Amino acid sequence: MSASAVIFYILSFFILATGLLAVTSRKIFRSAIWLLFSLTGIAGLYFWLQMEFIAAVQVVVYVGGIVVLIIFSIFLTQQSGRDLPAPVRSRAIFSVLAVCIGFVLTCVLLRGYAFGRTGRTDGGQTFAGPVASGVPAVDASVGTIGAQMLSTSEHGYVLPFEVISILLLAAMIGCIVIAMKIKPDEK
Amino acid sequence: MSQVPLSHILVVSTALFFIGMYGLFTRRNMITMLMSVELILNSVNINFVAFNKYLYPDKLEGVFFTLFIIAIAAAEAAVAIAIIINLYRNFHSIDVEDAGEMKF
Repeated sequence: MSASAVIFYILSFFILATGLLAVTSRKIFRSAIWLLFSLTGIAGLYFWLQMEFIAAVQVVVYVGGIVVLIIFSIFLTQQSGRDLPAPVRSRAIFSVLAVCIGFVLTCVLLRGYAFGRTGRTDGGQTFAGPVASGVPAVDASVGTIGAQMLSTSEHGYVLPFEVISILLLAAMIGCIVIAMKIKPDEK
Repeated sequence: MSQVPLSHILVVSTALFFIGMYGLFTRRNMITMLMSVELILNSVNINFVAFNKYLYPDKLEGVFFTLFIIAIAAAEAAVAIAIIINLYRNFHSIDVEDAGEMKF
């Protein structure tokens, strides 16, 4: 087992363990911090996959934005020292059962499906995408992503980009309108 | 990277998805349910990036889907937290069982 594989397994164990702690911790503030660790681990996984830009976006948006927002809302809405109530026993048991069955089912499906291996005739077990069949890999650098994101040609993404910007504007206005405090004399 | 097969990454993202699912089933606090949704969205993002990297390394479609999902997740989290804070102001609780005003 090479160092790269070892790093992958350590990262995935870290992500899953902190994710599990995030959904089971009884203190809501600790839960948010475990979520922070899990999201950072996922950013590490993107670095491992050599998608540096996605990893940077993950750190900036999730770790720097969403988790901070969640922690602020925890401070605004409840006493963070108080324990959350334990889940109802029957609900917890049935959730564990449903989740385990779903996980096993998905893993069986994954085992049965040969991703991209069907086209190979030499019976190789290692994974082979189009890169093995001679198509050069595109570099996922910021320049390439930005050029394709704003290009108006066939595989350009300028229309979804503009739609997303409208969506973000709408979300921002919506948040302000929803969270605006109505003065008591105007009620 | 090439030593790890794609199916191992998919198993990790599946496990993360079902961890988020478990949190969504058992938690009754709206903020913790929102955290579970974030975990689920992240597991989907891992799938997109892994498929892009392993199956179609000559394209960037998975990267764009991941970027758009992250942007929509940020918008969704902001709106959800605004709603939760407004709900807390009116009901003094963010438990989903207490927010049954619009039920039926």
